[in-house]
Amino acid sequence: MRNGSYKGLVAAAIVVALTATACTGQDPVENKPDKPALFKPGSEISYSKYSKNYPKTKVKDVPGPCSYESISRKDYSGQTLKIISHAIPVIGEPTQLHAEQFEEITGANVEVINVPFGELHQKILTPLQAGQPAYDVMFYPSLWIGDMAPHLAPVPKKYLDTPGMKDVTKAYMDVATWDGKVVQYPVDGDRHYLKVRTDVLEDPKRQAAYKAATGKDLRTPRTWTEYQEIAAYFSGKDVDGDGKPNFGSAEVTKRDDLTFSAFISRAAPYVKHPDVEGGLFFDLESMKPLINTPGFVRALEDMVKAKSTWAPGGANFGLGDEILSFGGGQSVMSYSWDDAFIQAQQPDGTIRNKIGAAELPGSDEVYNRTTKAWDKKPNQAPYFTWGWTSAVAKAARNQNMAFDYLCFFSNEANTALDLTIGRFGVNPYRKAHFDADFWEQQGWDKDVAESYVRTLSGMESSTNRVFDLRVPGVNGYMSALANGVAAALAGQKAPQRALDDVAAEWERITDQIGKDKVRSAYRHVVALEDN
Amino acid sequence: MEALRRHKSMFLLPGLLTLALIIIFPLLFTIRVSFSGWNVSNPQLDFIGGANYATMLHDSRFWASIMRLVLLAGGTVLIQYVIGFGMALLVWREARGRRLWRVLFLVPMMTTPVVMAAIWQMIFHESLGPVNDLLGMLGLAEVPWLTESGPALVALMTVEVWQWTPFMFLLLLAGLLSLPKEPFMAAAIDGADAWRTFRKVTFPLMAPVSVAAIIIRLIEASKLSDSVYVLTSGGPGSSTETPGYYLYIQGLRDQQTGYSGAMSLTYLVLMIVTLTVVAALLARAFKLKGDS
Repeated sequence: MRNGSYKGLVAAAIVVALTATACTGQDPVENKPDKPALFKPGSEISYSKYSKNYPKTKVKDVPGPCSYESISRKDYSGQTLKIISHAIPVIGEPTQLHAEQFEEITGANVEVINVPFGELHQKILTPLQAGQPAYDVMFYPSLWIGDMAPHLAPVPKKYLDTPGMKDVTKAYMDVATWDGKVVQYPVDGDRHYLKVRTDVLEDPKRQAAYKAATGKDLRTPRTWTEYQEIAAYFSGKDVDGDGKPNFGSAEVTKRDDLTFSAFISRAAPYVKHPDVEGGLFFDLESMKPLINTPGFVRALEDMVKAKSTWAPGGANFGLGDEILSFGGGQSVMSYSWDDAFIQAQQPDGTIRNKIGAAELPGSDEVYNRTTKAWDKKPNQAPYFTWGWTSAVAKAARNQNMAFDYLCFFSNEANTALDLTIGRFGVNPYRKAHFDADFWEQQGWDKDVAESYVRTLSGMESSTNRVFDLRVPGVNGYMSALANGVAAALAGQKAPQRALDDVAAEWERITDQIGKDKVRSAYRHVVALEDN
Repeated sequence: MEALRRHKSMFLLPGLLTLALIIIFPLLFTIRVSFSGWNVSNPQLDFIGGANYATMLHDSRFWASIMRLVLLAGGTVLIQYVIGFGMALLVWREARGRRLWRVLFLVPMMTTPVVMAAIWQMIFHESLGPVNDLLGMLGLAEVPWLTESGPALVALMTVEVWQWTPFMFLLLLAGLLSLPKEPFMAAAIDGADAWRTFRKVTFPLMAPVSVAAIIIRLIEASKLSDSVYVLTSGGPGSSTETPGYYLYIQGLRDQQTGYSGAMSLTYLVLMIVTLTVVAALLARAFKLKGDS
């Protein structure tokens, strides 16, 4: 009987041990010697073998530590890399694709979890805060850096010294940096800019008609006031001759679908004074919210006015709707991320090569929060909105493999191909990407390519830039802002009242998180803006 | 005998353990969390007393969402009951293609709610959707389905009714099929016409099933959030926000864990009390109806 109990205990212990091993799913970290490369230097790279949905475009593997040739020397067989990313396709699809390639060439086992946007923050942050190595590599919006930074492994020097990383523009290296350390691995560059249908705005007949009707020149709008006038003029007119009306503006307005970014674009020139330093969302010293100051209120009033220029349903447009509305030619103008522009430039696009890019509209006056008065002067303030970024968790067991994956993900060949697939959500972030020839090779007209490259690279040199509120708890702040904007757009509150409520909510959030903690993080944002 | 009883009671253990793991522990943990300041940047199980509950009392958005839910759940379940009962009566007795109809009626219920809401979003899309096109063909004005409060609520209710009426139909059909034949034969012998038979025999006999079906649907409807997420994101403004969706925003997206714990417990208590009262009232109403 005693013998039977002993055997039972041993059996139970084995079961428990096996179960525990299976549950942790962690392989031992091994540093295996390099294996022979699977690619020759400068090999031709194409995605066509992975899916018929990928273009047949071929590019050369650029020699360097992140190239196909170099990474294929690594032997990660028997090791598992866990990655969390956004749902397919935006950033989720390239994550999957490059994971599959990484598995093929290194022998690693790569597990990718794709989750919807609304769940991404919680799914990443909760295990990080608990110190659990749930994921080695994480893809997420760069504005979450205030929440994520304490849990991220700094990018090692050998990766910072790669040619690809050296080529990342200063703005996007700054976005990846926290407390002087690069903790995010740049894989994307995003900004909001203006997109217009040049076949409409540059058509001499329409220009003459516009002049006759308004007494003003029809051109790419330079201020939000001009934007509104032009949008209002074309709303309801059939500019395509297809029997269906077109509309002036497509904007992201669905409350929980990035409306806050659209609003910041509209507010930027009213609130970012080139001669006033110290923050535009908060007063850096007192941490009093500035979101209900006259500049923001003016922007919200503009946005409410703009409703008349939106297509039916335009007050409930998510990013996808905005992309389709401008990209499909329904709306004459739009502003947000690259996606609508790239969508319009797809080979089968109805307005392909009939569009242009320009900096976001500015204003004729800008609010000075120190004098509490409007200064009559033209103002432009480019908005470096959030884009996708990636990082390696401090708790990751095999950080070398994790960084190698990111290095491979963003090597020159992969990035060149990723940029051409609009749905991937990968946009220019290296100096090499601001090359009009590259876009002309994709079938873009010279004018379109040049306006695109000029607009994007021009933002880099601005000294009056706006960045997101990259502080801990940013989701709560932006959620409150989106709620206020939506309430004003729905007519539930006047703009001033809506933003007063947002300010009160921001004060509550700041008190909850801790004024010093938020201030300390906000200093980083202000440093980016007061460049 | 005692050993046998103990032996038998061991069979209850897996069920009791599961119950403890999936219901009792999370409930106790939520109660504890609701008294903490756990949030996105302070994931600590500290103790802040009733501060979360005090904040909730002044959160007009939460209370407005509760009132909105009363309208949405009450309205949609009532419509589902009427239509579901009608459909069940149609295929209860011999009807051509009865089996086919029964399966077809169940299709909406078998579709994933998020997918369903996404399809309806396209149907109600004010620029691209067919609903406004159809209205235009009939010479009617376009309706801002998802951008004005009233139409947005109607759109949301339509999706709910379309998706969940089959569930009501299924329960009521099962109830009808299990009814005894004798009362109907007696009614026929007495010369009762169809309407009188329904009013005096079918409806009263269906009372227990009706109450159960309505309560089950009310419980389900009180969790309404997935359709809201896809269809309107709670907008325009906050005019279609339900407690479930607001809890999702506060708890999962903004990670106000302590505060959302307080709200979800309050919401749970409110739902238990309300549904208990509604069940008692419905039982009494159906009983009175049956007795008259």
